[in-house]
Amino acid sequence: MSENILVEDIGNEYKYGFVDEVKPVWKAEKGLSRRVVEAISYHKEEPAWMLQFRLKALEIYQAKPVPTWGADLSGLNMDEIYFYAKPTEKRDAQSWEEVPEAIRRTYERLGIPEAERRVLAGVGAQYDSEMVYHQVREELKRQGVIFVSIEEGLRQYEDLFREYFATVVPPEDNKYAALNSAVWSGGSFVYVPKGVKVELPLQAYFRVNTAELGQFERTLIIVDEGAEVHYIEGCTAPVYTTDSFHSGVIEIVVNQGARSRYTTIQNWPHNMYNLVTQRAIVKKDAYHMWLDGNLGSKVTMKYPSSYLVEEGARSDILSIAFANTGQHQDAGGKLIFAASHTGGSVVSKSISKGSGRSSYRGLIKVYEGAKHVKVNVECDALLINEESRTDTYPYMEIEDDTATVGHEATVSRLNDEQIFYLQSRGLPEDEAAALIVRGFIEPVAKELPLEYAVELNRLIELEMEGSVG
Amino acid sequence: MANELEIRNLHARIVDGEAILKGVNLVVPKGQIHAVMGPNGAGKSTLGKVIAGDPGYEVTQGDILVDGESILELGPDERARKGLFLAFQYPVEVPGVSNANFLRLALQAKRGEEVSVSEFYAKLQKALETLEWDESILTRYLNDGFSGGEKKRNEIMHMMVLEPTYAILDETDSGLDIDALKLVAKGVNAMRGPNFGALLITHYQRILNYIVPDAVHVMIDGRIVTSGGPELAMKLEEQGYDWVKELAVAN
Repeated sequence: MSENILVEDIGNEYKYGFVDEVKPVWKAEKGLSRRVVEAISYHKEEPAWMLQFRLKALEIYQAKPVPTWGADLSGLNMDEIYFYAKPTEKRDAQSWEEVPEAIRRTYERLGIPEAERRVLAGVGAQYDSEMVYHQVREELKRQGVIFVSIEEGLRQYEDLFREYFATVVPPEDNKYAALNSAVWSGGSFVYVPKGVKVELPLQAYFRVNTAELGQFERTLIIVDEGAEVHYIEGCTAPVYTTDSFHSGVIEIVVNQGARSRYTTIQNWPHNMYNLVTQRAIVKKDAYHMWLDGNLGSKVTMKYPSSYLVEEGARSDILSIAFANTGQHQDAGGKLIFAASHTGGSVVSKSISKGSGRSSYRGLIKVYEGAKHVKVNVECDALLINEESRTDTYPYMEIEDDTATVGHEATVSRLNDEQIFYLQSRGLPEDEAAALIVRGFIEPVAKELPLEYAVELNRLIELEMEGSVG
Repeated sequence: MANELEIRNLHARIVDGEAILKGVNLVVPKGQIHAVMGPNGAGKSTLGKVIAGDPGYEVTQGDILVDGESILELGPDERARKGLFLAFQYPVEVPGVSNANFLRLALQAKRGEEVSVSEFYAKLQKALETLEWDESILTRYLNDGFSGGEKKRNEIMHMMVLEPTYAILDETDSGLDIDALKLVAKGVNAMRGPNFGALLITHYQRILNYIVPDAVHVMIDGRIVTSGGPELAMKLEEQGYDWVKELAVAN
C-alpha cells in the first residue's frame, strides 16, 4: 500500500488520520463510466429496475454542469477517483466478531462498539463502500424496527423500499444527487413502525480507508405515524496526499405526528470534498430536526432541507461550521413551506479560523396559499483571525403575506477584551479562545447528546490550538 | 522573600499611544488593604490593568514585583497563577459559557490540577452565603445579561473562589446602591487576613466606611502624589482633589 502515505495534516492534529492495512477484496477501475455503474450493480446482485435507475441517473449526472455558484470544485477530478471498493465479502455482520479483525480494530479505536453498548440503540458501520456491520437492539427488532444497510433494505423489503426510494431526492435534483443515484453504495435503511419510540439514538459511522476512493452512501429513513427516532452519523478518514470525495444522499420521510432528528458530526480530513444532499419530507403535525456539524473536509457543500407539506408540520435546522485554513464550509439549510400553519427555524453558527472561509447559504420559501407560516432565521459568524472570511447568502421567497418571517445575522471577531478577561482568571490564551468559541456554538451544541457535545468541544479545542497570539 | 506587591517606578502607555502611568511607586504588604483614589483620568484603572497584564498597554520603564519576583514578562494567565486577581470595572460578557463551569476551569488552571466537584461546590456555597446570593447565578452565562450590580457582585464571588494573594478591585463600588455596596464589602472583608492583600481603586470615600483601608494613596496624572491613613480619604471627601493637584504641581 505504498500509495497510502500518511502525511501531516496542515497545522492541525487529526487524530483519526491513521491508515489500516486493509486491501479491498474488489475495487472498480478508476473513473466513472457505464461499465463501473454496471459492475457496482452486479456486485450487489440488484434487481433490473435498480440498474436501470442507476444508468438513467448517470445520464442525468453527465448532462448537468458542475455548479459554479458555491464553493470552488475545480480541484475535483472524477478520473482520479475509485467509485467502488468492497472491503469484505460479508455485508451487515450482526456481531463484531464476524467483522474482519483489521477493520474491527479501527472501529474499536474510534470507540464505536463501546458506545454501542452504553448509549446507542443500534449501530451501522460503513467501511469504504459497504456496510460491514449493522445491529439494532433486540427489543427494537421485536417492535418491528428495521435498521439494516441500504442494500439489505432493498433485498429484504423491496416493496417498502421502492415506495419511498428517490421520492424525496430524485436524481434530477442536482448533479451530485444524480451521481450518488448512479453509484450509491452503503448507507442505512431505517423503518420505525407506527407509534414506536426509539429512545436511544441509532448511529451510522462512515470510514473511508482506501486512498482516492469516493464514498457514496445512500440513506433512507421512514418514520411512520407517531413514531420517534434520532439518527446520528459520524465520519472520518485517513489523511492522504491526494484529495478524496464523499457524496451522500439522505432521504427522510416523517409521517403524521412523528418526530425525528438527524445529527451529523462530519470530521473528514482536510483533503475531502464533501457534497451531500439531505432532505426530509415532514407531514401533518410531524417534526424534524437537522443538527449539522461540519468541522472537517476541504470543501463542504451541504444544505439540509425540510419540506413541510402538510398542516402543523415543523422543522428546525441547527448548523455549526468550522472552517480552518484551507477549508471552505459552504453550509446552511432550506425550509420549504407548502402547507398552512407550519413553522420552523434555522440557527447557523459558523467559525472561520486562519484563512478558512465559511458561507451561510439558506433558502426560506413560503408558497402562495400556505397560510400563517412562522419562520425565524438566525445566522452568526465568528472570525478568529484577520484573514478569516465569512459570507452570507440568505434567500427568501415569501409568496404568502400571512407569513411571519424573522431574520437576524451577525458577524463578530474574537474579542480581545473577552480573552484578557478570561486570561486574568488564570486560563491560558488558547483555552480562553476555545472557551469563547464553545460559548458561541452553545445554543446548537446543547441539543447534542452529552457524549457528542463532549467530543465536539474536544474537536474545537484541537482546531483552536495555536489560534491566537 | 518580600511578602508584598510592589510597584516600582512604573511607566506605561497605551500600545503605540499616549503615556498614562508616569512613575508609580506603591507597596501593598500581604495582609493589608490599600486604597488608591484620584480624579477621573488619573490612571487608576490603567494601573490595575497593567498589573494584571492587559496586552493593550506596554510598560516602558519600572517593574512590578509579586513577593520580590518580577512579573513583567508573564502573561495575564501566568500572573493569575502567581496569585494576582483583577476585579474588572466593566466585567466582560461571555455568552454561552456558564458562570460556574468557567470558574471551575479557572480554579483548575490556577492550581494546575483537577478540582473535585464537591470541593468546588463547597467553595461556591461559602461565597454565595457571604454575598447573600442564590444559586441561580451559577448556571447563567458569564455576565451575559447581568445587571451592573450583579456583575460587580460576581467579580467578588470569583475572587472568593479563586482566593488570590493580591487582588486589585477596580471601582468595584461604582454604580452600586448601598445594599449592594455593603455585600461587596462583606465579601472583601471575608477575604481579609494575613495571606491576602488588596488594592482598592475608587473615586469615592464611601466604600472605605465598610472596608477600612490600612493606607490611602492619591493618584494624579499617572503618579502617586501623597499617601496617608483612612483620614486622608475623609479629607478628600470634604475638600475634593484640588489641593492634591496643587501638591502634584509643586512636586
